Amino acid sequence: MANVTMTINGKQVSGEVESRTLLVEFLRDQQRLTGTHVGCDTSQCGACVVHVNGDSAKSCTMLAVQADGADVTTIEGLAKGDDLHPMQAAFRENHGLQCGFCTPGMIMSAIDLVQHNADPSETEIREWLEGNICRCTGYHNIVKSIKAGAEAMRG
Amino acid sequence: MTEQGIGASVLRKEDFRFVRGRGKYTDDINLLNQTHAIIVRSPHAHAAINSIDKAAALAAPGVVAVLTAEDFAAFGGLPCGWQVIGKGEEPMIEPKHPILAEGKVRHVGDPVAVVIAETKTQARDAAELVDIDYTELPAVIDMREALQNAPAAVHDEAADNQCFDWEIGDRAVVDAAFEKAHHVTSLELINNRLVPNAMEPRCAIGDYDNASGEHTLYTTSQNPHVIRLLMGAFVLQIPEHKLRIYAPDVGGGFGSKIYHYAEEAIMTVAAKVLERPVKWTSDRTEAFLSDAHARDHVTKVELALDADGKFLALREFTLANMGAYLSTFAPSIPTYLHATLLAGQYTTPVIYAEVKAAFTNTVPVDAYRGAGRPEATYLLERIVDKAAAEMGIDRIELRRKNFIQPDQFPYDTPVALTYDTGDFEATLTPALAASKWDSFEERRKEAAQRGKLRGIGISCYIEACGIAPSNIAGALGARAGLYESATVRVNPTGSIQVLTGSHSHGQGHETSFAQIVADKLGMDVANIEIVHGDTNKIPFGMGTYGSRSMAVGGVALSNATDKIINKATKIAAHLMEASAEDVVFEDGIFKVAGTDKAVPFGDVALTAYVPHNYPLEELEPGLEETSFYDPKNFTFPSGSHICEVEIDPGTGELEIVAMHATDDFGNVINPMIVEGQVHGGLVQGIGQALFENAAYDSNGQLLSGSYMDYCMPRADDVPSFTVDHEVTACTHNVLGVKGCGEAGAIGSPPAVINAIVDALRDYGVTHIDMPATPAKIWNIVNQGATAQAAE
Repeated sequence: MANVTMTINGKQVSGEVESRTLLVEFLRDQQRLTGTHVGCDTSQCGACVVHVNGDSAKSCTMLAVQADGADVTTIEGLAKGDDLHPMQAAFRENHGLQCGFCTPGMIMSAIDLVQHNADPSETEIREWLEGNICRCTGYHNIVKSIKAGAEAMRG
Repeated sequence: MTEQGIGASVLRKEDFRFVRGRGKYTDDINLLNQTHAIIVRSPHAHAAINSIDKAAALAAPGVVAVLTAEDFAAFGGLPCGWQVIGKGEEPMIEPKHPILAEGKVRHVGDPVAVVIAETKTQARDAAELVDIDYTELPAVIDMREALQNAPAAVHDEAADNQCFDWEIGDRAVVDAAFEKAHHVTSLELINNRLVPNAMEPRCAIGDYDNASGEHTLYTTSQNPHVIRLLMGAFVLQIPEHKLRIYAPDVGGGFGSKIYHYAEEAIMTVAAKVLERPVKWTSDRTEAFLSDAHARDHVTKVELALDADGKFLALREFTLANMGAYLSTFAPSIPTYLHATLLAGQYTTPVIYAEVKAAFTNTVPVDAYRGAGRPEATYLLERIVDKAAAEMGIDRIELRRKNFIQPDQFPYDTPVALTYDTGDFEATLTPALAASKWDSFEERRKEAAQRGKLRGIGISCYIEACGIAPSNIAGALGARAGLYESATVRVNPTGSIQVLTGSHSHGQGHETSFAQIVADKLGMDVANIEIVHGDTNKIPFGMGTYGSRSMAVGGVALSNATDKIINKATKIAAHLMEASAEDVVFEDGIFKVAGTDKAVPFGDVALTAYVPHNYPLEELEPGLEETSFYDPKNFTFPSGSHICEVEIDPGTGELEIVAMHATDDFGNVINPMIVEGQVHGGLVQGIGQALFENAAYDSNGQLLSGSYMDYCMPRADDVPSFTVDHEVTACTHNVLGVKGCGEAGAIGSPPAVINAIVDALRDYGVTHIDMPATPAKIWNIVNQGATAQAAE
């Protein structure tokens, strides 16, 4: 067992984990931050994407001990009270989600894209989403949401 | 139409929680004192179980129980909800589907034992220690082989591995029509086996209260009352008032979460045995090996035409894979949900279909988005294209020539259905215009200059939704009714709760259902709460599948709301000292026609619950109404889907450059949601056509058992779409709606394949089986090039 301490959504938390405990298990099972989802076991679907030190990361593909000392943001940490992050608002306004299961990972991934590329083209968005699978939307409205979210983030 | 009523693209209410990570899916639920279960599954496709040694697992840290079939000896098997009667009145063979394998395993993934421990990790570690001694038996994998020269019988009850041999239509009449035909087109094709792959893996949590004797099962279900009925009455014998099924937010279903699965019964029983909650969450690998698979037909189809291209007759011979056991609705899919759609949009006067269903040592096969209708549409729209090419008739003209005309509705097809309405030219014409069909040859030439092969394909589909009139379904073998229920509960201060038997797992019912009530009561959708998924709250209802929610559940809701208005009108009349006949209800206000007397809906609601000034002799207090709606017919969405592809002959790589859908869903409640349903369906259809395939090796190992191997469509595999709709309103339900959930997945696969065949026509290609992978295309192009070089 190992002790880990990290900042999650601006709050410092500590916990005892097995060395094999995944970051997503630490978030979901110990911190009860169930907005981060697990949709596969091969690092393919991206439902578990969070930000670690500002960059998107698949929390199913990272050990909790690797995030020791890190600054982690999950989907729960984006909105300020009732004020949605512009990317969250864009997903809602453009019907970029249906069942909502892939959505947290999509939004976290999309925000990281815009941090790297403030005005991504449709092709760039689609290529960026290679690591996020959605079974409901056909991606059409996700692409539209990210376009709109990027525009809103540019302000 | 009000701003938030029927026809408005109201933004979804449920998204407030989903975009914030506040959805509550089953795996997000954790109960006090909860234990965790891991299922030990068969690594073999077919084997005898000689012994199971639990000792090492039981001794492992944290383990509280290891359960096997003997712990479930008191219970029944998992029931099948549809009985198909085959030729000669032979009922289907229906072998027991045990909760845990009894003496034999019949597919890789068949559950054999359950390890329950304090933590999931402990359970997983201990599951490795369950020592099961197997003797491998020959595996029956290919269904053609299963029905002829099989190396073994999957079940002793079906020595020839045949579940049923079913037919529809008069074969002699159809054969006679073929004798007289000017031209006969034949096609052999495969409808590839798919894995539904909802993004949320299945999950079940059993809980038992030994004080009240009440069981609670939290589960990922599209139809919690169906699970309560099947599991309670047929498997575990738990009376319904002591069994609560709660399906909270469900992360996609597409059919795969209709069925009653073994894990639900296991968790329910285990929770009582241990007197502790027991939770199981599938991982993706497990999902590939235990969620019901889909499609998997091998088909020969023939179309008879006269010299003008009029269709004279159609006959189909299909082998359908049932897998190792009969899943809940499996037998109905290749029969009544498939062969009854073989008329398509056409006036083909006589049709015959024969469907033989086989047991194999593979995961059970059942409904998945479209369920039988994609298979019908695919073979039909493929053979129409092939016939057009063979006869030298333009493929659009051939379709038009055979369309059922608007003045022919209601139209009795030769395969048991009566289409109530439709207008196929009305969706074809705008689809052709939107996809610039007429100027396609210019684009083909332009692509050729760049060394690319460009093709365009169309599919004109019709499907049957709104399942189903209970008496018809019952006559065809359904072991359940197929109505839907809704309760509208007006609260004293005028807000509303709707309790619906329909279940939303991505469809947005919390918004679109609220729009119906908002429209009728002149109310803001924010004041209307849709409650679904909890059998302790909602009336008995059949749930969501077959694009039935709006056409059946929405109509029940509409009817219940009408009952509310009817009663509220009487209360308002009393308050205004008028006769109810003189009271009109507009925009949320009751008025006496021709006077200035008016009373808002909210005042009426309050009066119903504070009945001080109230006609108590004539009317009960309260304002809550329930409606059960049993549909009068199926509904028949239709449309035209057009796909344009470009192929790189050097690599076989294919790009969908454009895809357009014009659909007729009848009246549309929320166009934004409906378009989203089409987008999603199109990509699932494209996935079937180009990428997805559940491939087994000859030993019964699933080769495509993860997202590394099973190719799910990704964002960069598909384009943005153009989607529009035309309306011929359904004639037999009050909303005029038909259903939109599955059309995308039904119409698109043949459009894609027809486009590929069109692109490859210079290579002499007349058909390519799904999925049309780059390797398959490259081989065709390469062999074609070799053949040309040899000439």
